[in-house]
Amino acid sequence: MGRARGATLSFYIALACLLLMVPILIVCVLAFSGEGYLRFPPSSFSFRWFAAFFGDTRWRQSLSSSLIIALIACVISTVLGFFAAYAFVRGDFRAKKIVLSVLLIPIIVPHVITAIAMYFVTAKFGLIGNVVWIGFCHAVVTLPIVVLILLSSLQGVDINLERAGLSLGGSRVYVFRRVVIPLAFPGIMSSALFAFLASFDELIISLFLAGVRAQTLPVRIWNSLHLELEPVIAAVSAFLIAVTGVVLLFDMLLRSLRDAKATGKDGST
Amino acid sequence: MTQRAHRAFDPSLLLLPAFALLILLFVIPLVWFFVGVLAEEGSVGAVVERFVDVLTAPGIVNALVTTNWISALVTVLTLVIGYPIAYYLANSTGWRFALVLFCIIVPYFTSVIVRTYSWMVLLGRNGAINQTLLSLGIIDAPLQLLYNKMGVLIGMTYVLMPYMVLTLYATMRSIDTNLVRAAYGLGASPLYTFRKVYFPLSLHGVISGALIVFILAIGFFITPALMGGPSDVMIAMLIERAVEITLDWTSAAIMSMALLAMTLVLYVIYYRVTDVRRMMGA
Amino acid sequence: MPPLRRATDGLGAISLETVTKRYGEEAVVDGISLDIKSGEFFSLLGPSGSGKTTTLMMIAGFANVDGGRILVDGEDITMKSPQARGFGMVFQNYAIFPHLNVFENVAFPLRARGAAEADVKRRVGDALALVRLDRFADRFSRQLSGGQQQRVAIARAIVFEPRVVLMDEPLGALDKNLRYDMQVEIKEIQRQLGMTVVYVTHDQEEAMNMSDRIGVMNRGRIEQIAAPGDMYERPVNTFIGRFLGEANLVEGNLQQAAQAGSTLRIGDNVLLKAPAASPDLAGKTVHLFIRPERVAISTPGPGDAVAEANSVAGQVRRRSFLGNINRYVVAVASAEITVDVQNVGGPRFEIGDAVVLTWAVTDSLVLGS
Repeated sequence: MGRARGATLSFYIALACLLLMVPILIVCVLAFSGEGYLRFPPSSFSFRWFAAFFGDTRWRQSLSSSLIIALIACVISTVLGFFAAYAFVRGDFRAKKIVLSVLLIPIIVPHVITAIAMYFVTAKFGLIGNVVWIGFCHAVVTLPIVVLILLSSLQGVDINLERAGLSLGGSRVYVFRRVVIPLAFPGIMSSALFAFLASFDELIISLFLAGVRAQTLPVRIWNSLHLELEPVIAAVSAFLIAVTGVVLLFDMLLRSLRDAKATGKDGST
Repeated sequence: MTQRAHRAFDPSLLLLPAFALLILLFVIPLVWFFVGVLAEEGSVGAVVERFVDVLTAPGIVNALVTTNWISALVTVLTLVIGYPIAYYLANSTGWRFALVLFCIIVPYFTSVIVRTYSWMVLLGRNGAINQTLLSLGIIDAPLQLLYNKMGVLIGMTYVLMPYMVLTLYATMRSIDTNLVRAAYGLGASPLYTFRKVYFPLSLHGVISGALIVFILAIGFFITPALMGGPSDVMIAMLIERAVEITLDWTSAAIMSMALLAMTLVLYVIYYRVTDVRRMMGA
Repeated sequence: MPPLRRATDGLGAISLETVTKRYGEEAVVDGISLDIKSGEFFSLLGPSGSGKTTTLMMIAGFANVDGGRILVDGEDITMKSPQARGFGMVFQNYAIFPHLNVFENVAFPLRARGAAEADVKRRVGDALALVRLDRFADRFSRQLSGGQQQRVAIARAIVFEPRVVLMDEPLGALDKNLRYDMQVEIKEIQRQLGMTVVYVTHDQEEAMNMSDRIGVMNRGRIEQIAAPGDMYERPVNTFIGRFLGEANLVEGNLQQAAQAGSTLRIGDNVLLKAPAASPDLAGKTVHLFIRPERVAISTPGPGDAVAEANSVAGQVRRRSFLGNINRYVVAVASAEITVDVQNVGGPRFEIGDAVVLTWAVTDSLVLGS
């Protein structure tokens, strides 16, 4: 009976995993379709939709907008998030939990509201379509992600290591550079990756702030979806999925690096 | 010199840059938006009047009801479907664990627009599901799976599932399996053990997961906008329309404030029942 | 032979003047004052929560001082940053940088001071030789045993020739045998290099074995400062007596307190001779302090009353065998007296045996409650 229950659960899990992955896999398959319209399964395969994607200056424009915005958001939120997370782990101030929960509010507040408020201000300043500005706005919503990742990462850095560094004559900056940052490095990289990804995939804020000049990939997908489900969107989607895949892969590598560091197995014999 | 430097350095000060960003690009825009738009009404009385008007308008009341109803359904669906997945994750190791986690994580980090698009491809009139069913002769005419409540529920449940599973998993991982063994050893049946031991121990995760999913669901925009029908208008969509189409900034501000208030109340509850550091399954 | 320069400059004397640390309302270190001499091995000993680690953290500069001052060689360092103090420090969990190998760990304080590469090589080599880790320079901390990590921490703390080395329970994580070896080794290095060591521990044996002087802390205050032998023989109060080694503290009423000697009554009719005690303790309840190993146990026989000794009858209530000693707990009137007998083949006693306990009056002390 226990075995039957176990088998039922396994079957259920297999089905659930299939349902979770199928939509993503289908998009990837369709991206290689050789046909002129969406049909599953495609009767032939080709790279024509990727060619259409990368061959179209407007899509290329979107790609570069997405990249620039994501890079700016990633750098700002990683730097600020690192400092903030460090303050939470090492600082001594009242109501830490409340302060942290305030810092995390941007991921809780519906993006529509945030986006419209930003749009309201952005329009007043005439900054619609300014990629640098959009990058800063994205940093607001990627910052909490960085803080959450780096909190756990910095909590793993023994305070005595910092004290040792200071007592051995290192200045605050020296200890930051030689002890804290190297030890938190996998966490910093991984938070930067996820901040990049979150910005790269963000739609709603971009939708309001992009104007016609700075349409990101998600914005252009959104605009196209209102017209027709053309296969080139499958290619763009597959590209975004691939970016996610690369980020997850890097994160996995960073984790194994961190584990290796924890066991001191790196670089030595 | 050094003395003052030592005394003056307080790690808490490193919070300031992050808060500066938050205040400049989040708090000020929100306040400016609300105050600026409502100030145009002239008097406080006029603002109150607009509030009453907007929040009692049938279209908006409908949207609020729909929003809460869909969000509640999605919360229940993610919980019922996700609970066994989280249980499996918490009680397996090796490649099985890695595979299931992979199937949760990949959609989790894939763009919402991509995930929504993929379901549109699957559920569309000429989508993969209809084509498969037609070619197998199970149905004669394509089913209407998209642009109705069914579509919204499927899409949102799919998009929010990882939040539920990862939150549940975080709680379940810390449940001591010996407690379940002890219950079996004391003669309890599996069902009784689940009801009296495992489920109560996982309840914290259930509440946290339900809250986070519900909070995210009531502010949802992309998926219902693309997959819903005319009767499945959620409040976030009305806000977007007010700004983009009808240019009715006042309504947009009032609806935003209502939605923001709901969100923050739920967030306060979430804050009380759970550890915010674990948010998003971090 | 000493690879590192011996500190012969007579520097490294530390003074604490009514140093206080508060957490909220509570004073975790409550106005303590002490003077540590240059080149002295000084231990702060106390139970957990006694404030000894907080005191060390204030000396190191990691905890702010809320009252009083700390001086090194007469200079007020209370407000100085940890890195400006230039003390070597060894942490409880070693705090070996996991991302640096042994060589780079030991080189850290030299590089932080911008030392030349050749100088770094030579001095790290010397320090590693001193702790016998020359062959482990390329290893990382996780590839080292607990004792080896401990040695890295020591080498790192002494390589820049600090006047003062602070150690926070450095042997706490090691097993018992290794602990003893490391005690000997640390003491030897300190003797060779002549630096001042402030050593925090909760292990009284460790403190007694290594220290020139011990300061026992309890509830944020210093109870007594003395050399290990003096403190063991002459505790100033019952806390010290109980904390340092095994002790009998027999509760009784002080009948009379005179210069020549005093008399203590336990139970209804047992009178004990005790050494001189302060007159204002007369008539009060006090404790007679006597170490278990100073009490002799024998079978009752005639004529064993000696003028300068106590001799009381009792009955064996418990007996435990601890290897090198036999420990008897003997009921005497309302009290119980513990007796340790070296396991050198003398007579053994069984539970219920009537016995006589004898000890020299000068081996005992009267301690107020």
